[in-house]
Amino acid sequence: MSEDKAWGIRVRRGPVRALVALVGMLLALVLGWSVLTLPEQPVDLARESRAALDESGVSNPVTAVLMNFRSYDTFLEIGVLLLAVICVWALRLPPPQESAPPRLLIALARLLSPIMVLVAAYLLWVGSSEPGGEFQSGAVLGALGVLLVLVGAVRSLSNHRGKLLAGLVAGYGVFLLVGVAVAFATGTVFEYPRDLAYTLIMTIEVPAAISIGLALAVLFFAAPPEVDE
Amino acid sequence: MNQIALYSLSSVAIFVVCLYAVVVQAHLIRKILALNMMGSGIFLLLVALALRGAGDGPDPVPHAMVLTGIVVAVSATAFALALARRLYIERGSPYLPEDERE
Repeated sequence: MSEDKAWGIRVRRGPVRALVALVGMLLALVLGWSVLTLPEQPVDLARESRAALDESGVSNPVTAVLMNFRSYDTFLEIGVLLLAVICVWALRLPPPQESAPPRLLIALARLLSPIMVLVAAYLLWVGSSEPGGEFQSGAVLGALGVLLVLVGAVRSLSNHRGKLLAGLVAGYGVFLLVGVAVAFATGTVFEYPRDLAYTLIMTIEVPAAISIGLALAVLFFAAPPEVDE
Repeated sequence: MNQIALYSLSSVAIFVVCLYAVVVQAHLIRKILALNMMGSGIFLLLVALALRGAGDGPDPVPHAMVLTGIVVAVSATAFALALARRLYIERGSPYLPEDERE
C-alpha cells in the first residue's frame, strides 16, 4: 500500500496489483466467451409476456411484467428500499450543516419544483401504456427531494415525523394489502382479477411512487428524525 | 460483430475494470463507486440480452428486472456511503483499518 502522488489517494501497488490485473484479464476473457456463446433461451419469455398482455390490465409490457406477472418481486424491491432507510437511520449520521445555498440554486429549485411534480405525475400516468411507471416517477420525486435538501428547505425530519413515516410505509403497505386481498377473489396472492387489474395496479403505483421518492430523498438526507423522549 | 455482442462485451469490460478498481483502490468512496459501476455493467448486459431472439421488440422481463435493480443499487450505494461516513466520523479516515498500514 503506497500513496498515489497525483491525488494523495492510496492504491495497492506492486505484485498484488499486477496479479489482480492478470486475474481480471483472464476473467474478462472467460466472461466475454460466455456471453458470446450463450445457449438459446429454453423459454421465450418475451412471447409469453406479450401473449398474456391482454390479461394484465396495462398495455406497456414492462409495466405488465413489473406490476402484474412479477409483482411479488417488485413488492420485495420496495421493501429493500424501506430496509435501506432503516439501516441508514440506524447509523445516526448528523444532519447536513446549515449554510446559505447559492442563489442560483434557489432560483433553480423554484423554477423546477412544480415542473418536477408535474413530470412525476405524468410518468406515473403514462406508465400503463408507454415507458414510465412508479420507479421513474419515484426517481423524479426523489430528485426533487434532493434539490429541496440542497437549498436548505429541509433541515430536519423531526417536524413531520408521523407523516414522513406514513409516506415511507404507504407504498409497501398498500402493495401488501392489495396483494393479500386479491387472494380472496382469485385464490392466489398477487394474482389480480382480470377486470380489476388496471384499477389495482394504479392503486398500488400511486402510493408506491410517493414512497420511492420519499425514500430516495431520505437516503440522501441520511440523518434520522429525532425522537422526542 | 452484431449489436448484442458489442453491448455484451462492453458490459463485461465495465464489470471487470470496476472489479479491478474495487480491489486496487483503497479509498472507500472509490470502492463504493466501483461497486455501483459493476452493477451498471450487469444492467447493460441484461438490456443487451433482452434483444436476443427478439421478433417484435425486446424481452420485457430483463427490462423490468433492470428497473427494480437500479432502485436496489441506489439504496445499497446509499447505505454503503452512509457506512463510509460513519466510519470517517468514528476514525477520521476514509480507509479501512487494514489499508492504513504502509
